Amino acid sequence: MRTAIPKSALVLALLAAAALPAFAAGAEDDYKAAYAAAEAANKEAAKLRNQWTTTASTLAAAKKAAEAGEFDKATASAKEAEALAKASIFQATSEKTRWRDMEIR
Amino acid sequence: MASTIRVRATSSGETTEVQALIQHPMDSGFVKDSKGEIIPPHFIQQLTFEHDGKNVFTADWGGGVSKDPYVKFTFKGGKKGDELKISWVDNKGATDTATAKIQ
Amino acid sequence: MRLRSAIYLASAAAAFAALSLAGALPSGAADKVDPVADAKAFKKFFTDKFPKVKLEDFVNGPYSMNEDLYRQWQEKEQFPPYEFSLEMGKEMFSKPFKNGKTYADCFPNGGIGIRQNYPIFDDKEGKVITLELALNRCREANGEQPYSYVKDEMAALTAYMAFTSRGKPMDIKIPDDPRALAAYENGKEYFYTRRGQLNFSCATCHVQSPGERIRAEILAPALGIVNAMPIYRSEWSGMGTTSRRFVTCNSQIRGVPLSPQDDEYRNVEYYLSYVSNGLPISGPGARP
Repeated sequence: MRTAIPKSALVLALLAAAALPAFAAGAEDDYKAAYAAAEAANKEAAKLRNQWTTTASTLAAAKKAAEAGEFDKATASAKEAEALAKASIFQATSEKTRWRDMEIR
Repeated sequence: MASTIRVRATSSGETTEVQALIQHPMDSGFVKDSKGEIIPPHFIQQLTFEHDGKNVFTADWGGGVSKDPYVKFTFKGGKKGDELKISWVDNKGATDTATAKIQ
Repeated sequence: MRLRSAIYLASAAAAFAALSLAGALPSGAADKVDPVADAKAFKKFFTDKFPKVKLEDFVNGPYSMNEDLYRQWQEKEQFPPYEFSLEMGKEMFSKPFKNGKTYADCFPNGGIGIRQNYPIFDDKEGKVITLELALNRCREANGEQPYSYVKDEMAALTAYMAFTSRGKPMDIKIPDDPRALAAYENGKEYFYTRRGQLNFSCATCHVQSPGERIRAEILAPALGIVNAMPIYRSEWSGMGTTSRRFVTCNSQIRGVPLSPQDDEYRNVEYYLSYVSNGLPISGPGARP
């Protein structure tokens, strides 16, 4: 009696199984890198005394997802937090000159 | 201890206008504190104004009334110098009473 | 060939210089700080925008912007919601510290009828001192713990002090000191700078949109806005300080607030108070 599973499929399955932890580790590394970048940008914003509340809450959401093992979701949140932090930096630097546009003279 | 009831009543001859400000937390029982725990309900359940032995105004309250409630109403009758008696009872059984002279 | 490149170079240099100059102008580095002119322009802006409102009525904030609100407020003022806080403030003010001294020992005229002079520029320290800051320094100088800038006690104390100054015109002084002018200018910059994810500056609401609604609330004009402080807000079910308002305004536009009495907050209070000089103190105020 011949088994229904072809040898190639078996090899592929074994390779995939071996690769899975590697992928998972990759996802966690991606998250860690994204989180670190977001935190660094938020620290920059803190130096400019212009952090956003949503940056902090998005970072917290990223951390929470990571703790639950949802690394893709965590990385997405971390990247969003970085974007928010960078936007707050841009706001602080551009407002240094643009605030005069609003001034009553 | 100071009374929780501030009241001012003025008579126009025909009618008397009454304003009262009452100090009370009026906690609804739905709000949580900073630790996330429910602040227990603590509110005035009944407020009455008496003139000449009769209730001229009764309020039956629940947790929907805000802290330090303010009441204003008018009743027929009442003249300068008459006494107005105000009392309240809350859901914990606490009470306070005050009397004021109509101006 | 050499002449042509020289001309190109010269014109490029001229263009660069022109651009740099143009670049420098918006930053206003060359402008002199002129608080007197600022205050005049500030008052003119609001009186032009609201010709039917009397100058002294701007201190009533949203009530001068809406007739119906005004009527309701007038009724409430007969028996104001801040009475309990005001009484508490009076009691606190008169109660001696553990060492026997009182707040009256820290302030000119015993602390009565002086609120309109704050914030003050302290030339020894080179910084702006607000009334709240002065009160806590008084406490600490007499061995007492400072109060939180955003809670009931500070609110009650400043409410009482404001009450003793009711009707007196705001009277902020900017001494001829570059540090005072810098603090004033810094406060002005803070006021107009957009912040938070919602990208609002104080001016977005209080200069561009007074009398208009944000959600269900009617916005107050910036002119006279600090004259009513501290305020009993129905939203807070209690009396709140200027510090509390600054902090909550920041978080409402999704900006992480600074700490109460940080330089920027002291300076923006200085700026707002100065440009409202002459308008009466109406505090403590009641607001929705």
